[in-house]
Amino acid sequence: MTTNVLVRAENVHKSFGLNEVLKGINLEVNSGEVVCLLGASGSGKSTFLRCINHLETLSNGRIWVGDKVVGYRQDGNRLFELSDKEAARQRRSIGMVFQRFNLFPHMTVLENIIEGPVLVNKVKPAEAKRHASELLARVGLEGREGSYPRQLSGGQQQRVAIARALAMKPELILFDEPTSALDPELVGEVLDVMKDLAKSGLTMIVVTHEIGFAKEVADRVAFMHGGEIVEIGPPAEVLGNPQHERTKAFLSRVF
Amino acid sequence: MKTQPAPSITGTAAADLKIVPRRHIGRWIGAAAVVLLLVWLAVSFSRAKINWPTVQEYLAVPVLIQGIGVALILTAVAMAIGLVLGVVTAVMRLSKNPVVSGVAWLYIWVFRGTPVYLQLLMWFNLALIFPVIGIPGLYSGRMIDILTPFVAASIGLGLNQGAYTSEVVRGGILSVDEGQLEAAQAVGMTRLQAMRRIVLPQAMRVIIPPVGNEVIGMLKTTSLASAIGVSEILSEAQHIYYVNNRIMELLIVCAVWYLGAVSILSIGQFYLERFFAKGSSSRQLPMTPLQRLSSIFGTNRKAQS
Ligand SMILES: Nc1ncnc2c1ncn2[C@@H]1O[C@H](COP(=O)(O)OP(=O)(O)O)[C@@H](O)[C@H]1O
Ligand SMILES: [Mg+2]
Repeated sequence: MTTNVLVRAENVHKSFGLNEVLKGINLEVNSGEVVCLLGASGSGKSTFLRCINHLETLSNGRIWVGDKVVGYRQDGNRLFELSDKEAARQRRSIGMVFQRFNLFPHMTVLENIIEGPVLVNKVKPAEAKRHASELLARVGLEGREGSYPRQLSGGQQQRVAIARALAMKPELILFDEPTSALDPELVGEVLDVMKDLAKSGLTMIVVTHEIGFAKEVADRVAFMHGGEIVEIGPPAEVLGNPQHERTKAFLSRVF
Repeated sequence: MKTQPAPSITGTAAADLKIVPRRHIGRWIGAAAVVLLLVWLAVSFSRAKINWPTVQEYLAVPVLIQGIGVALILTAVAMAIGLVLGVVTAVMRLSKNPVVSGVAWLYIWVFRGTPVYLQLLMWFNLALIFPVIGIPGLYSGRMIDILTPFVAASIGLGLNQGAYTSEVVRGGILSVDEGQLEAAQAVGMTRLQAMRRIVLPQAMRVIIPPVGNEVIGMLKTTSLASAIGVSEILSEAQHIYYVNNRIMELLIVCAVWYLGAVSILSIGQFYLERFFAKGSSSRQLPMTPLQRLSSIFGTNRKAQS
């Protein structure tokens, strides 16, 4: 690639039956950039995020991550969906953090983190464990390798989930409302870890309702409404001086 | 605190109060009734014309011990076939490919829809349809030589079991949160890898209790295999009592062996359940026998909670 664009969504459409949820999304995210996605519930934020790592198929359009089209192989003017195996291979370099953490409850923290590297990337267990301990320290949970997820608080679980995503050494991490399921006093510890990641130069697309986080960390903020990005720009502009009516209405409700 | 406690319950410092857990009087009465009933049954049996020394004698007869051994081995083989088939067809039924899920559906429809007795007879007589089997050019053999009674019974019971286990496994898979599959895919696992490493181990908690039940059911169903000439314990016992007419004695011997075998299987199930409860909260762990007793009758507050 000549430019440093890492993610390029082109005219992304997605329908569930007759319900058109994404109505032509265009977005470019540069390498190392942090983009926050804002928008009311039901505006299609999660669906868009899930399209980026092909947890959803597309109805129309195309998404590039790096030099590859996600989930499809282009042949002439046709896009053929990849096999499950090929799609799984692409997901190795795209991390995802979920609202409900989705840690594997039957595995310890350490097992959660090394599962992907060992099973998928064929990293040696000893090496994966060493890396996992480093990551745990990075998210402020050193020494918790042996705990089971249910023995941890929500904030701790989400930090383990972030470590699990990082263990795959992804070039991009998608966050879907990572703090929405947390008690208010636990939100800060997760946001702190995410700020740290942003500073380290990781490319992040973050769906969030934390306006403060978006203001402080995001390079750009996109506002979604009805399956479209209606406004996008630096946080100071979109959050400080919104142009679109919907953005104004949304922000006045959130503040 | 500004408010004063009501006068009627003052007078004792809270530190001196003793907490008495709820007493289970109904359970004690019920248990007493059961004990009485058992005593009555025991007395009836001991007064009947049952020759207890004969029972004791036949408990040690090798053919009967072999017979329960055959039943246990047949159970193990048939359940192994049933479990493998059950897991495979359950995953197939959840496939997005309609041909794959249709094949699994058809299998369940046929094998759950006909009596297992009939299926056993069909397997045993399969030589009527396929007199010889084999891989062309590599191997071929006469069906009668290959489908011995034991092999026919294993296949017949296993395939029938698979159809039931499939539904149990499918229920177990559906009980696992969808987010687990997605999280697994998000770290680059294929659907099959996610199934094997993430979904099935969690589904096991839901699958094991009914499958344990089915193992015990299978042990008893193996007695049907005598219809196609497998020498399991019940048919051996019948051979003996046709000759010596000690009917009740031999049936009691069989009952003792079955109960013994079932007890051992239950212990196995218990520890399997505890193993797969890994990572879940302690209240979902099955209790050890001692914990169970003390929670039924005891006033041990820890076991009550
Ligand atoms: N798997 C699905 N099947 C059908 N409809 C769906 C599915 N997933 C999401 N939707 C619909 O798509 C719309 C957008 O959902 P979502 O992307 O979750 O919005 P957001 O994350 O912004 O709250 C909603 O109306 C939702 O009902
Ligand atoms: Mg959402």
